[in-house]
Amino acid sequence: MTKPLLTAEGLTLRFGAIPALLDVAIDVSEGEVVAIVGESGSGKTTLLRVLSGMMTPDAGTVRWLGEEVHAMGEAARRRLMRTEWGFVHQNPRDGLRLNVSAGGNVGERLMAVGARHYGNIRTEALSWLAKVEIDAARIDDLPRTFSGGMQQRLQIARTLVTHPRLVFMDEPTGGLDVSVQARLLDLIRSLSRELGLSVLIVTHDIAAARLLADRILVMRRGRVVEQGLTDRVLDDPQHPYTQLLVSSVLAA
Amino acid sequence: MTPALRTEGLSKAFTLHLQGGTHIPVLGGVDLVVHAGECVALWGPSGAGKSTLMRCLYGNYGAGAGRIVLRHRGEDLDLVTADPRAVIEARRETLGYVSQFLRVIPRVATRDIVAEPMIARGVPKEEALARATALLNRLNLPERLHSLPPATFSGGEQQRVNLARGFAPGYPVLLLDEPTASLDAANRAIVISLINEAKAQGTAIVGIFHDAEVREAVADRLFDVLPHQDAA
Repeated sequence: MTKPLLTAEGLTLRFGAIPALLDVAIDVSEGEVVAIVGESGSGKTTLLRVLSGMMTPDAGTVRWLGEEVHAMGEAARRRLMRTEWGFVHQNPRDGLRLNVSAGGNVGERLMAVGARHYGNIRTEALSWLAKVEIDAARIDDLPRTFSGGMQQRLQIARTLVTHPRLVFMDEPTGGLDVSVQARLLDLIRSLSRELGLSVLIVTHDIAAARLLADRILVMRRGRVVEQGLTDRVLDDPQHPYTQLLVSSVLAA
Repeated sequence: MTPALRTEGLSKAFTLHLQGGTHIPVLGGVDLVVHAGECVALWGPSGAGKSTLMRCLYGNYGAGAGRIVLRHRGEDLDLVTADPRAVIEARRETLGYVSQFLRVIPRVATRDIVAEPMIARGVPKEEALARATALLNRLNLPERLHSLPPATFSGGEQQRVNLARGFAPGYPVLLLDEPTASLDAANRAIVISLINEAKAQGTAIVGIFHDAEVREAVADRLFDVLPHQDAA
Protein backbone atom coordinates (compact mmCIF):
# COMPACT_ATOMS: atom_id res chain seq x y z
CA MET A 1 0.00 0.00 0.00
CA THR A 2 1.38 3.39 -0.96
CA LYS A 3 2.12 6.08 1.60
CA PRO A 4 -0.39 8.90 1.78
CA LEU A 5 0.48 12.04 -0.17
CA LEU A 6 -1.75 14.30 1.86
CA THR A 7 -2.56 13.79 5.53
CA ALA A 8 -4.56 15.97 7.85
CA GLU A 9 -5.59 15.57 11.46
CA GLY A 10 -7.46 17.45 14.13
CA LEU A 11 -8.75 20.10 11.73
CA THR A 12 -11.04 22.52 13.50
CA LEU A 13 -12.32 25.83 12.21
CA ARG A 14 -15.08 28.08 13.55
CA PHE A 15 -16.83 30.96 11.87
CA GLY A 16 -17.82 32.89 14.97
CA ALA A 17 -19.90 30.49 17.03
CA ILE A 18 -20.53 28.17 14.09
CA PRO A 19 -18.20 25.22 13.83
CA ALA A 20 -17.34 24.61 10.16
CA LEU A 21 -14.89 21.81 10.91
CA LEU A 22 -14.65 19.75 14.08
CA ASP A 23 -11.65 17.49 14.57
CA VAL A 24 -11.51 16.27 10.97
CA ALA A 25 -8.86 13.78 9.87
CA ILE A 26 -8.34 12.66 6.28
CA ASP A 27 -5.61 11.26 4.06
CA VAL A 28 -5.21 10.70 0.34
CA SER A 29 -2.85 8.18 -1.26
CA GLU A 30 -1.37 8.11 -4.73
CA GLY A 31 -3.85 7.24 -7.49
CA GLU A 32 -6.79 7.34 -5.13
CA VAL A 33 -10.11 9.08 -5.70
CA VAL A 34 -11.65 10.19 -2.41
CA ALA A 35 -15.09 11.77 -2.29
CA ILE A 36 -16.44 14.04 0.42
CA VAL A 37 -20.24 14.06 0.51
CA GLY A 38 -22.78 15.77 2.71
CA GLU A 39 -25.51 18.38 2.56
CA SER A 40 -24.93 22.10 1.95
CA GLY A 41 -23.31 23.70 4.95
CA SER A 42 -21.78 20.46 6.23
CA GLY A 43 -18.27 21.84 5.84
CA LYS A 44 -17.22 20.05 2.63
CA THR A 45 -15.98 23.07 0.73
CA THR A 46 -14.37 24.55 3.84
CA LEU A 47 -12.46 21.30 4.31
CA LEU A 48 -11.23 21.44 0.71
CA ARG A 49 -10.10 25.03 1.18
CA VAL A 50 -8.25 24.22 4.39
CA LEU A 51 -6.58 21.16 2.89
CA SER A 52 -5.39 23.12 -0.13
CA GLY A 53 -3.98 25.88 2.04
CA MET A 54 -6.50 28.49 0.91
CA MET A 55 -7.83 28.79 4.45
CA THR A 56 -6.04 28.37 7.78
CA PRO A 57 -7.62 26.17 10.45
CA ASP A 58 -7.93 27.19 14.10
CA ALA A 59 -6.35 23.88 15.05
CA GLY A 60 -4.93 20.82 13.35
CA THR A 61 -2.33 20.15 10.69
CA VAL A 62 -2.25 19.40 6.97
CA ARG A 63 0.85 17.73 5.55
CA TRP A 64 1.87 17.29 1.92
CA LEU A 65 4.57 14.60 1.65
CA GLY A 66 5.26 15.21 5.32
CA GLU A 67 5.64 18.98 5.04
CA GLU A 68 3.18 21.19 6.91
CA VAL A 69 1.12 23.09 4.36
CA HIS A 70 0.17 25.99 6.59
CA ALA A 71 3.75 26.47 7.77
CA MET A 72 5.03 26.93 4.21
CA GLY A 73 5.45 30.43 2.91
CA GLU A 74 2.90 31.88 0.53
CA ALA A 75 5.34 31.53 -2.39
CA ALA A 76 5.96 27.83 -1.69
CA ARG A 77 2.23 27.18 -1.49
CA ARG A 78 1.58 28.99 -4.76
CA ARG A 79 4.32 26.95 -6.42
CA LEU A 80 2.67 23.78 -5.13
CA MET A 81 -0.68 24.93 -6.52
CA ARG A 82 0.97 25.55 -9.90
CA THR A 83 2.85 22.26 -10.11
CA GLU A 84 1.89 19.28 -7.96
CA TRP A 85 -1.64 20.40 -7.13
CA GLY A 86 -4.61 21.49 -9.13
CA PHE A 87 -7.87 23.04 -7.98
CA VAL A 88 -11.08 22.79 -9.96
CA HIS A 89 -13.54 25.39 -8.68
CA GLN A 90 -17.26 24.94 -8.57
CA ASN A 91 -17.63 28.12 -10.60
CA PRO A 92 -15.33 27.87 -13.64
CA ARG A 93 -15.01 31.65 -13.69
CA ASP A 94 -12.96 31.35 -10.49
CA GLY A 95 -10.46 29.05 -12.18
CA LEU A 96 -10.20 30.60 -15.65
CA ARG A 97 -8.85 33.83 -17.06
CA LEU A 98 -11.80 35.13 -18.97
CA ASN A 99 -9.93 37.64 -21.12
CA VAL A 100 -7.46 35.03 -22.38
CA SER A 101 -8.28 32.57 -25.20
CA ALA A 102 -9.20 28.95 -24.44
CA GLY A 103 -5.85 27.77 -25.79
CA GLY A 104 -4.12 30.48 -23.78
CA ASN A 105 -5.82 29.34 -20.59
CA VAL A 106 -4.43 25.86 -21.05
CA GLY A 107 -1.04 26.99 -22.37
CA GLU A 108 -0.55 29.49 -19.58
CA ARG A 109 -0.37 26.75 -16.93
CA LEU A 110 2.24 24.95 -19.04
CA MET A 111 4.32 28.11 -19.37
CA ALA A 112 4.08 28.64 -15.63
CA VAL A 113 5.95 25.37 -15.16
CA GLY A 114 8.59 26.22 -17.73
CA ALA A 115 7.25 25.24 -21.19
CA ARG A 116 8.56 27.70 -23.76
CA HIS A 117 8.15 26.09 -27.20
CA TYR A 118 5.04 27.70 -28.68
CA GLY A 119 4.30 24.85 -31.10
CA ASN A 120 4.49 22.22 -28.36
CA ILE A 121 2.30 24.27 -26.06
CA ARG A 122 -0.35 24.67 -28.76
CA THR A 123 -0.24 20.95 -29.58
CA GLU A 124 -0.60 20.03 -25.92
CA ALA A 125 -3.44 22.55 -25.50
CA LEU A 126 -5.24 21.09 -28.52
CA SER A 127 -4.89 17.55 -27.20
CA TRP A 128 -6.41 18.59 -23.86
CA LEU A 129 -9.26 20.45 -25.52
CA ALA A 130 -10.00 17.24 -27.43
CA LYS A 131 -9.90 15.21 -24.18
CA VAL A 132 -12.58 17.42 -22.67
CA GLU A 133 -14.54 17.49 -25.94
CA ILE A 134 -14.04 21.13 -26.86
CA ASP A 135 -13.93 21.68 -30.62
CA ALA A 136 -10.41 22.58 -31.80
CA ALA A 137 -11.94 25.44 -33.82
CA ARG A 138 -12.73 27.20 -30.52
CA ILE A 139 -9.09 27.31 -29.36
CA ASP A 140 -8.73 31.04 -30.03
CA ASP A 141 -12.12 32.03 -28.60
CA LEU A 142 -12.49 33.68 -25.22
CA PRO A 143 -14.00 31.50 -22.46
CA ARG A 144 -16.76 34.02 -21.83
CA THR A 145 -18.23 33.05 -25.21
CA PHE A 146 -18.47 29.46 -23.90
CA SER A 147 -21.43 27.84 -22.17
CA GLY A 148 -21.10 27.01 -18.47
CA GLY A 149 -20.42 23.36 -19.24
CA MET A 150 -17.70 24.21 -21.74
CA GLN A 151 -16.11 26.60 -19.28
CA GLN A 152 -16.02 23.84 -16.69
CA ARG A 153 -14.39 21.44 -19.13
CA LEU A 154 -11.88 24.12 -20.06
CA GLN A 155 -11.07 24.65 -16.39
CA ILE A 156 -10.42 20.94 -16.01
CA ALA A 157 -8.15 20.90 -19.08
CA ARG A 158 -6.29 23.93 -17.72
CA THR A 159 -5.83 22.23 -14.36
CA LEU A 160 -4.73 18.83 -15.64
CA VAL A 161 -2.42 19.90 -18.46
CA THR A 162 0.55 20.13 -16.11
CA HIS A 163 -0.05 16.60 -14.75
CA PRO A 164 -0.53 17.49 -11.09
CA ARG A 165 -0.31 14.66 -8.55
CA LEU A 166 -3.36 15.75 -6.57
CA VAL A 167 -6.41 17.61 -7.80
CA PHE A 168 -8.95 19.20 -5.48
CA MET A 169 -12.38 19.38 -7.07
CA ASP A 170 -15.29 21.35 -5.65
CA GLU A 171 -18.58 20.14 -7.17
CA PRO A 172 -16.98 19.94 -10.63
CA THR A 173 -20.06 18.53 -12.35
CA GLY A 174 -22.57 20.68 -10.45
CA GLY A 175 -24.04 22.80 -13.23
CA LEU A 176 -23.38 20.49 -16.16
CA ASP A 177 -25.62 18.58 -18.56
CA VAL A 178 -25.77 14.92 -17.61
CA SER A 179 -24.10 13.91 -20.89
CA VAL A 180 -21.13 16.14 -20.10
CA GLN A 181 -21.10 14.92 -16.49
CA ALA A 182 -20.69 11.35 -17.68
CA ARG A 183 -17.83 12.30 -19.98
CA LEU A 184 -16.10 14.14 -17.15
CA LEU A 185 -16.55 11.27 -14.71
CA ASP A 186 -14.99 8.91 -17.22
CA LEU A 187 -12.16 11.36 -17.89
CA ILE A 188 -11.37 11.88 -14.21
CA ARG A 189 -11.43 8.16 -13.54
CA SER A 190 -9.26 7.16 -16.45
CA LEU A 191 -6.71 9.88 -15.61
CA SER A 192 -6.57 8.57 -12.08
CA ARG A 193 -6.07 5.02 -13.35
CA GLU A 194 -3.62 5.79 -16.14
CA LEU A 195 -1.55 8.61 -14.66
CA GLY A 196 -1.85 7.73 -10.99
CA LEU A 197 -3.59 11.06 -10.40
CA SER A 198 -5.09 11.46 -6.93
CA VAL A 199 -8.40 13.28 -6.66
CA LEU A 200 -10.15 14.74 -3.66
CA ILE A 201 -13.64 15.60 -4.81
CA VAL A 202 -16.42 17.39 -2.97
CA THR A 203 -19.84 16.53 -4.32
CA HIS A 204 -23.44 16.16 -3.28
CA ASP A 205 -24.00 13.79 -6.16
CA ILE A 206 -24.03 10.37 -4.49
CA ALA A 207 -24.34 8.51 -7.79
CA ALA A 208 -21.26 10.27 -9.17
CA ALA A 209 -19.35 9.53 -5.98
CA ARG A 210 -20.24 5.83 -6.31
CA LEU A 211 -18.88 5.57 -9.82
CA LEU A 212 -15.81 7.66 -9.21
CA ALA A 213 -14.51 7.27 -5.70
CA ASP A 214 -12.49 4.52 -4.06
CA ARG A 215 -13.29 5.89 -0.64
CA ILE A 216 -15.93 8.22 0.68
CA LEU A 217 -16.27 10.49 3.70
CA VAL A 218 -19.69 11.61 4.86
CA MET A 219 -19.76 15.02 6.55
CA ARG A 220 -22.39 16.57 8.69
CA ARG A 221 -22.17 19.80 10.67
CA GLY A 222 -18.42 19.96 10.38
CA ARG A 223 -17.74 16.38 11.40
CA VAL A 224 -16.92 13.24 9.45
CA VAL A 225 -19.73 10.95 10.61
CA GLU A 226 -18.81 7.93 8.52
CA GLN A 227 -16.08 6.92 6.10
CA GLY A 228 -14.72 3.90 4.27
CA LEU A 229 -14.90 1.91 1.06
CA THR A 230 -17.36 3.74 -1.20
CA ASP A 231 -19.69 0.87 -1.99
CA ARG A 232 -19.74 -0.32 1.62
CA VAL A 233 -20.62 3.13 2.98
CA LEU A 234 -23.37 3.57 0.37
CA ASP A 235 -24.80 0.02 0.46
CA ASP A 236 -24.39 -0.69 4.17
CA PRO A 237 -24.49 2.74 5.82
CA GLN A 238 -24.16 2.67 9.61
CA HIS A 239 -24.73 6.25 10.71
CA PRO A 240 -28.33 7.54 10.79
CA TYR A 241 -27.36 10.54 8.66
CA THR A 242 -25.70 8.37 5.98
CA GLN A 243 -28.80 6.16 5.92
CA LEU A 244 -30.92 9.25 5.36
CA LEU A 245 -28.58 10.55 2.65
CA VAL A 246 -28.48 7.26 0.77
CA SER A 247 -32.21 6.66 1.03
CA SER A 248 -32.92 10.15 -0.34
CA VAL A 249 -31.17 9.59 -3.68
CA LEU A 250 -33.44 9.52 -6.71
CA ALA A 251 -32.73 6.57 -8.97
CA ALA A 252 -32.64 7.47 -12.66
CA MET B 1 -4.61 -26.93 1.75
CA THR B 2 -5.33 -23.34 2.75
CA PRO B 3 -8.82 -22.29 1.71
CA ALA B 4 -9.08 -19.56 -0.92
CA LEU B 5 -11.88 -17.96 1.06
CA ARG B 6 -13.40 -18.73 4.43
CA THR B 7 -15.61 -17.15 7.04
CA GLU B 8 -15.37 -17.72 10.79
CA GLY B 9 -18.39 -16.99 12.96
CA LEU B 10 -19.67 -14.39 10.52
CA SER B 11 -22.69 -12.42 11.72
CA LYS B 12 -24.53 -9.63 10.02
CA ALA B 13 -27.45 -7.52 11.17
CA PHE B 14 -28.94 -4.29 9.92
CA THR B 15 -30.04 -1.41 12.14
CA LEU B 16 -32.51 0.85 10.36
CA HIS B 17 -32.18 4.21 12.05
CA LEU B 18 -34.88 5.74 9.87
CA GLN B 19 -37.34 3.08 11.06
CA GLY B 20 -36.90 3.78 14.73
CA GLY B 21 -33.74 1.73 15.03
CA THR B 22 -35.31 -1.55 13.91
CA HIS B 23 -32.73 -4.30 14.30
CA ILE B 24 -32.76 -7.06 11.68
CA PRO B 25 -30.36 -9.95 12.26
CA VAL B 26 -29.69 -11.79 8.99
CA LEU B 27 -26.63 -13.98 9.40
CA GLY B 28 -25.36 -15.63 12.57
CA GLY B 29 -22.23 -17.75 13.06
CA VAL B 30 -21.61 -18.55 9.41
CA ASP B 31 -18.56 -20.78 8.83
CA LEU B 32 -17.99 -21.20 5.12
CA VAL B 33 -14.87 -22.71 3.58
CA VAL B 34 -14.11 -22.64 -0.14
CA HIS B 35 -11.02 -24.17 -1.72
CA ALA B 36 -9.35 -23.47 -5.03
CA GLY B 37 -11.02 -25.26 -7.93
CA GLU B 38 -14.36 -25.89 -6.22
CA CYS B 39 -17.74 -24.31 -6.64
CA VAL B 40 -19.96 -23.91 -3.58
CA ALA B 41 -23.62 -23.07 -4.13
CA LEU B 42 -25.37 -21.11 -1.40
CA TRP B 43 -28.60 -22.88 -0.65
CA GLY B 44 -31.65 -21.72 1.25
CA PRO B 45 -35.09 -20.19 0.88
CA SER B 46 -35.68 -16.70 -0.38
CA GLY B 47 -34.86 -14.13 2.27
CA ALA B 48 -32.53 -16.45 4.18
CA GLY B 49 -29.58 -14.15 3.56
CA LYS B 50 -27.78 -15.69 0.57
CA SER B 51 -27.31 -12.35 -1.18
CA THR B 52 -26.32 -10.70 2.10
CA LEU B 53 -23.66 -13.36 2.59
CA MET B 54 -22.39 -12.79 -0.97
CA ARG B 55 -22.16 -9.06 -0.39
CA CYS B 56 -20.28 -9.64 2.87
CA LEU B 57 -17.85 -11.94 1.05
CA TYR B 58 -17.08 -9.14 -1.40
CA GLY B 59 -16.64 -6.62 1.40
CA ASN B 60 -19.64 -4.71 0.07
CA TYR B 61 -21.40 -5.15 3.41
CA GLY B 62 -19.58 -4.86 6.68
CA ALA B 63 -19.88 -7.63 9.27
CA GLY B 64 -21.23 -7.46 12.80
CA ALA B 65 -18.92 -10.15 14.12
CA GLY B 66 -16.53 -12.76 12.84
CA ARG B 67 -13.95 -12.85 10.07
CA ILE B 68 -13.95 -13.12 6.29
CA VAL B 69 -10.54 -14.39 5.32
CA LEU B 70 -9.39 -14.13 1.73
CA ARG B 71 -6.16 -15.71 0.54
CA HIS B 72 -4.55 -12.73 -1.19
CA ARG B 73 -0.94 -12.51 -2.37
CA GLY B 74 -0.19 -15.70 -0.44
CA GLU B 75 -1.43 -14.28 2.85
CA ASP B 76 -4.64 -14.06 4.83
CA LEU B 77 -6.58 -10.81 4.47
CA ASP B 78 -9.56 -10.23 6.78
CA LEU B 79 -12.02 -8.27 4.67
CA VAL B 80 -13.96 -7.25 7.78
CA THR B 81 -11.14 -5.23 9.31
CA ALA B 82 -8.93 -4.49 6.27
CA ASP B 83 -8.19 -0.92 5.25
CA PRO B 84 -10.39 0.12 2.29
CA ARG B 85 -7.28 0.43 0.13
CA ALA B 86 -6.37 -3.18 0.85
CA VAL B 87 -9.90 -4.31 -0.06
CA ILE B 88 -9.65 -2.41 -3.35
CA GLU B 89 -6.32 -4.07 -4.09
CA ALA B 90 -7.77 -7.52 -3.28
CA ARG B 91 -10.72 -6.84 -5.59
CA ARG B 92 -8.36 -5.83 -8.36
CA GLU B 93 -6.15 -8.90 -8.09
CA THR B 94 -7.93 -11.71 -6.30
CA LEU B 95 -11.65 -11.32 -5.78
CA GLY B 96 -14.17 -10.95 -8.60
CA TYR B 97 -17.91 -10.46 -8.30
CA VAL B 98 -20.65 -10.81 -10.88
CA SER B 99 -23.69 -9.06 -9.48
CA GLN B 100 -27.15 -8.97 -10.98
CA PHE B 101 -26.81 -5.31 -11.81
CA LEU B 102 -24.45 -3.53 -14.11
CA ARG B 103 -23.27 -0.26 -12.60
CA VAL B 104 -20.94 1.67 -14.86
CA ILE B 105 -20.08 5.19 -15.91
CA PRO B 106 -22.49 6.22 -18.68
CA ARG B 107 -21.19 6.64 -22.23
CA VAL B 108 -18.35 4.14 -21.80
CA ALA B 109 -18.24 1.48 -24.54
CA THR B 110 -19.06 -2.11 -23.61
CA ARG B 111 -15.70 -3.39 -24.83
CA ASP B 112 -13.90 -0.87 -22.58
CA ILE B 113 -16.05 -1.82 -19.60
CA VAL B 114 -15.03 -5.46 -20.00
CA ALA B 115 -11.37 -4.60 -20.64
CA GLU B 116 -11.03 -2.20 -17.70
CA PRO B 117 -10.45 -4.71 -14.88
CA MET B 118 -7.86 -6.53 -17.01
CA ILE B 119 -6.01 -3.28 -17.72
CA ALA B 120 -6.10 -2.51 -13.99
CA ARG B 121 -4.32 -5.83 -13.43
CA GLY B 122 -1.57 -4.86 -15.85
CA VAL B 123 -2.74 -6.59 -19.05
CA PRO B 124 -1.63 -4.45 -22.05
CA LYS B 125 -4.55 -2.47 -23.45
CA GLU B 126 -4.60 -4.11 -26.90
CA GLU B 127 -4.58 -7.58 -25.40
CA ALA B 128 -7.27 -6.66 -22.88
CA LEU B 129 -9.51 -5.31 -25.66
CA ALA B 130 -8.92 -8.42 -27.77
CA ARG B 131 -9.80 -10.69 -24.85
CA ALA B 132 -12.88 -8.58 -24.12
CA THR B 133 -14.04 -8.92 -27.72
CA ALA B 134 -13.44 -12.66 -27.76
CA LEU B 135 -15.37 -13.25 -24.54
CA LEU B 136 -18.27 -11.02 -25.59
CA ASN B 137 -18.44 -12.94 -28.87
CA ARG B 138 -18.42 -16.21 -27.00
CA LEU B 139 -21.35 -14.96 -24.93
CA ASN B 140 -23.17 -14.19 -28.21
CA LEU B 141 -23.20 -10.44 -27.76
CA PRO B 142 -23.28 -9.14 -31.35
CA GLU B 143 -20.06 -7.36 -32.30
CA ARG B 144 -21.94 -4.24 -33.41
CA LEU B 145 -22.90 -3.72 -29.74
CA HIS B 146 -19.33 -3.85 -28.43
CA SER B 147 -18.63 -0.20 -29.18
CA LEU B 148 -21.90 0.97 -27.56
CA PRO B 149 -22.45 1.75 -23.87
CA PRO B 150 -24.65 -0.96 -22.32
CA ALA B 151 -27.24 1.45 -20.85
CA THR B 152 -29.81 0.68 -23.56
CA PHE B 153 -29.13 -3.07 -23.68
CA SER B 154 -31.71 -5.67 -22.63
CA GLY B 155 -31.42 -7.34 -19.21
CA GLY B 156 -29.89 -10.45 -20.75
CA GLU B 157 -27.36 -8.44 -22.74
CA GLN B 158 -26.34 -6.43 -19.68
CA GLN B 159 -25.93 -9.64 -17.72
CA ARG B 160 -23.59 -11.00 -20.37
CA VAL B 161 -21.53 -7.79 -20.24
CA ASN B 162 -21.32 -8.28 -16.48
CA LEU B 163 -20.30 -11.91 -16.92
CA ALA B 164 -17.60 -11.03 -19.44
CA ARG B 165 -16.28 -8.36 -17.08
CA GLY B 166 -16.19 -10.83 -14.20
CA PHE B 167 -14.73 -13.83 -16.03
CA ALA B 168 -12.19 -12.11 -18.30
CA PRO B 169 -9.54 -11.24 -15.69
CA GLY B 170 -9.28 -14.77 -14.25
CA TYR B 171 -9.64 -13.91 -10.56
CA PRO B 172 -8.55 -16.67 -8.14
CA VAL B 173 -11.86 -16.25 -6.27
CA LEU B 174 -15.13 -15.47 -8.03
CA LEU B 175 -18.54 -14.68 -6.55
CA LEU B 176 -21.56 -15.21 -8.79
CA ASP B 177 -24.97 -13.85 -7.82
CA GLU B 178 -27.51 -15.58 -10.07
CA PRO B 179 -25.31 -15.38 -13.15
CA THR B 180 -27.89 -16.92 -15.47
CA ALA B 181 -31.08 -15.25 -14.22
CA SER B 182 -31.85 -13.39 -17.48
CA LEU B 183 -30.28 -15.78 -19.97
CA ASP B 184 -31.76 -18.18 -22.51
CA ALA B 185 -30.79 -21.87 -22.65
CA ALA B 186 -27.99 -21.43 -25.17
CA ASN B 187 -26.31 -18.71 -23.12
CA ARG B 188 -26.85 -20.64 -19.88
CA ALA B 189 -24.87 -23.48 -21.41
CA ILE B 190 -22.04 -21.09 -22.24
CA VAL B 191 -21.98 -19.78 -18.66
CA ILE B 192 -21.88 -23.37 -17.38
CA SER B 193 -18.82 -24.06 -19.48
CA LEU B 194 -17.18 -20.78 -18.40
CA ILE B 195 -17.67 -21.76 -14.76
CA ASN B 196 -16.33 -25.26 -15.29
CA GLU B 197 -13.29 -23.94 -17.18
CA ALA B 198 -12.57 -21.47 -14.36
CA LYS B 199 -12.80 -24.30 -11.81
CA ALA B 200 -10.41 -26.40 -13.88
CA GLN B 201 -7.95 -23.50 -13.73
CA GLY B 202 -8.20 -23.42 -9.95
CA THR B 203 -10.72 -20.65 -9.38
CA ALA B 204 -12.67 -20.90 -6.14
CA ILE B 205 -16.32 -20.05 -6.82
CA VAL B 206 -19.21 -19.17 -4.54
CA GLY B 207 -22.54 -18.77 -6.25
CA ILE B 208 -26.26 -18.35 -5.90
CA PHE B 209 -27.92 -20.45 -8.59
CA HIS B 210 -31.67 -20.58 -8.58
CA ASP B 211 -31.64 -22.52 -11.82
CA ALA B 212 -31.43 -26.20 -10.84
CA GLU B 213 -29.89 -27.24 -14.14
CA VAL B 214 -27.04 -24.73 -13.79
CA ARG B 215 -26.55 -25.61 -10.12
CA GLU B 216 -26.28 -29.32 -10.80
CA ALA B 217 -23.86 -28.70 -13.65
CA VAL B 218 -21.41 -26.56 -11.71
CA ALA B 219 -21.77 -26.96 -7.93
CA ASP B 220 -19.55 -29.40 -6.05
CA ARG B 221 -21.55 -28.96 -2.88
CA LEU B 222 -24.29 -26.90 -1.30
CA PHE B 223 -23.84 -24.59 1.66
CA ASP B 224 -27.00 -24.13 3.71
CA VAL B 225 -27.96 -20.57 4.52
CA LEU B 226 -30.76 -20.74 7.08
CA PRO B 227 -33.15 -17.95 7.98
CA HIS B 228 -32.02 -16.29 11.18
CA GLN B 229 -34.17 -17.38 14.12
CA ASP B 230 -34.92 -13.84 15.15
CA ALA B 231 -35.82 -12.70 11.67
CA ALA B 232 -39.42 -12.04 10.91
